[in-house]
Amino acid sequence: MPTTELTRTPTRKQPRTLRPSDSLAGLLAKIILLGLVDAFAVYVLIVLFLQEKWAVLVLAAGVTLLINWIYLRRGGLPAKYLAPGVFFLLIFQVFVMVFSGYVAFTNYGDGHNSTKEDAIAAIQSAAQQRVPDSPAYRVTILEQDNEFHFLATDPDGGVSIGSAEEPLEEVSNAATDGTGKATGLDGYRTLQFNEVLANQADILALSVPFSDDPDDGTLKTSDGSTAYVFSPTLEYDEAADTFTDTETGTTYADSGQGTFVSEDGEELSTGWKIDVGFANFAKAFTDENIRGPLLEVTLWTFTFALVSVLSTFALGLFLANAFNLPNLRGKKIYRILMILPYAFPAFLAGLVWSGLLNPEFGYVNNTFFGGANIPWLTDPLLAKFSVLLVNLWLGFPYMFLVCTGALQSLPEDVNEAARMDGAGPWKIFTSIKLPLLLVSVAPLLIASFAFNFNNFNVIYMLTDGGPRLPDTTVNVGATDILITLVYEVAFGSGVGRDYGLASALSIVIFFIVAAISIISFRQTKALEEIH
Amino acid sequence: MATETLLDNTATGTTPATPSQRKQSFGAWFREKGWRHLVGVLTTAFAVFPLLYVLSAAFNSTGTMAGSNVLFSRIDFGNFQQLFSDPNRPFGKWFLNTLVIGVVTSVATVFLGALAAYAFSRMRFRGRRVSLLSLLILQMFPQLLAVVAIFLLLNFITDVVPWLGLGSQLGLIMVYLGGALGVNTYLMYGFFNTIPASLDEAARIDGASHVQVFFTIILPLVTPILAVVGLLAFIGLSSEFVIASVVLTDPDSQTLAVGLYSYVGQQRSENWGVFAAGAVLAALPVMALFLYLQKYIVNGLAAGSVKG
Repeated sequence: MPTTELTRTPTRKQPRTLRPSDSLAGLLAKIILLGLVDAFAVYVLIVLFLQEKWAVLVLAAGVTLLINWIYLRRGGLPAKYLAPGVFFLLIFQVFVMVFSGYVAFTNYGDGHNSTKEDAIAAIQSAAQQRVPDSPAYRVTILEQDNEFHFLATDPDGGVSIGSAEEPLEEVSNAATDGTGKATGLDGYRTLQFNEVLANQADILALSVPFSDDPDDGTLKTSDGSTAYVFSPTLEYDEAADTFTDTETGTTYADSGQGTFVSEDGEELSTGWKIDVGFANFAKAFTDENIRGPLLEVTLWTFTFALVSVLSTFALGLFLANAFNLPNLRGKKIYRILMILPYAFPAFLAGLVWSGLLNPEFGYVNNTFFGGANIPWLTDPLLAKFSVLLVNLWLGFPYMFLVCTGALQSLPEDVNEAARMDGAGPWKIFTSIKLPLLLVSVAPLLIASFAFNFNNFNVIYMLTDGGPRLPDTTVNVGATDILITLVYEVAFGSGVGRDYGLASALSIVIFFIVAAISIISFRQTKALEEIH
Repeated sequence: MATETLLDNTATGTTPATPSQRKQSFGAWFREKGWRHLVGVLTTAFAVFPLLYVLSAAFNSTGTMAGSNVLFSRIDFGNFQQLFSDPNRPFGKWFLNTLVIGVVTSVATVFLGALAAYAFSRMRFRGRRVSLLSLLILQMFPQLLAVVAIFLLLNFITDVVPWLGLGSQLGLIMVYLGGALGVNTYLMYGFFNTIPASLDEAARIDGASHVQVFFTIILPLVTPILAVVGLLAFIGLSSEFVIASVVLTDPDSQTLAVGLYSYVGQQRSENWGVFAAGAVLAALPVMALFLYLQKYIVNGLAAGSVKG
């Protein structure tokens, strides 16, 4: 563990055993803060205990003890200062990184987001069908704690109450109207007709089970006043671990892929989460439907990042050179106006440019091109060009500032010497200024490459990845870069969310960016050593 | 290039200025400075015209994109009125949310970063170099890439502590704080090192505790870097879309980036004027901050920070 050595003169430590400087206010602040943290921790621990999440409970208890140990013991000063930042870093940076790695090896996603038990229950409650010729129950909708309940009067006159969470239970003290239909119950509020209308969607979706066993069926209403018995068409056989369709007799068995599959290969829509090993990575590289688009997206990501860095650097350097003249009038005004795009929030820039480049109503087509209908954002090639143009607009001021700074720090005497030797301005620039400049700017160029590799905002706001690629079912567009593809796979509206595949892709991106950064930083070190 | 041919023509047509002539000939002037002005004007036009366009569209309440194509053809505040009166798109709330999330996060970021930088700068402990290095390496994995895992983690937290999970701004702030240590700490660490250690040693001898040294001696001396780091963090956060869009789903709790995207995400041309008004209001404070900080940012850029 860290040892304290605050001052580098250990002799000073001795007279401070009494620590007179630990003021009362400081002590109080410490007690209050630690008290708040502990109170919150105890609350979390209790909730975890009630939810029986044992693994997390142990972990949380361990962290709580560690925090108390760090702040209550004497000494270990560095830990006291580092702990708060490191705490967040470990959870929201390191843990999520490791967790991404784990998710990449599962089939986590739409239809595979829980345990097998949950999936079985979900299948049973989803596959409900009205039992033919079943009796009609008269129902009244009640509300308690923002939860809707059915107060159901069965054909024999018996009254029971239940909700989505609690199965139907007989009650005897319900208020009834003239026809014998129960209309209210103590402790519950009866919904008026207009309230039923207002909450129509929730009430129609409500299904109240008869008992804890989903096979017993549920009660559902289609008009808020009459309910019918629904029972599952799929019956689960625990011993054989299969589902059987009560109408067709088809059996669905555990496929080992986190789903129930019939002999004909038909899959039940709800599955559960399992570890799939390298399947996601394999899918990315072998599935015809994904491999092609993925390759295209990867190539474009590299092109986009590289061209963005080079174009912004070239323009920035050119401008820095042009304005690197001490007595140029209006230099300050040019400079301020030129760096405005850098100050403009990037997500807004993408949206504003998407308007400027709109083929029908956009300013560029209407004003610069006399009403021509140039498909800036909908033609694959032009869209790529537009994305690069907008990124140039956003990025050149940064390079301009960087290059101006670097140019001004170059020694002037080298210049003079070169001029004496008869070198022209171009020669001086290419063989003296540029190499010297690159030494200080190269790390920034690499950082800029890594940044543009994951430059989500510009792509997403300007083209949303589009125009869409033909001949693939995956929702991928011509200007999609890897990170927008990850977002689309994980949270998009397309085929269905696939967290496993998305995480696998982000792991791949991470390795690409890390490898490029490491290699190129090595190269720039070599560059530095030359000079 | 047009500038170069122009330069050649005029250059060959000029006679060398005689010493008695105080005024430069046009050719010489152009070769030395004129072309620079030409470049300046062209680049400025490229840099500024989208901004003028959005400003003009904001003040033109005809509303559609097609109606916004003649710059400043009419000026009124209709779009701004509409912007603040749509209950489905509570712009005022988005603005406030962005401000609150941004300010809380950047203040906390600065504080956590400063605590760590103080430890790294003033204390010598085992694992110090390794920790400093691992901070740099961790930065190579942007949180953006872990957005799926962040979503799933918050989804779990929702079950345990609902007010810290999905949909909660406090949850989002915690996620952002995961990046509090990193480049920021490096910038501050470097600055802390420039404050002579003899200052705090003297205070310690006079009986000040380490907490007193940190709050009353170090922090006041490093205020400039604290302000810069805080404001840079704020500017970066105000543009953050991915994580905010995943965490904040309810329109009332969203930030400007998420909200304004939803404004034009579906149908770009129809809400254009109102969106432009929103964009102007959203961009103004950030741009003002940025221009105010310009000098420090330029220095900070040399230290390796990238716009994010």
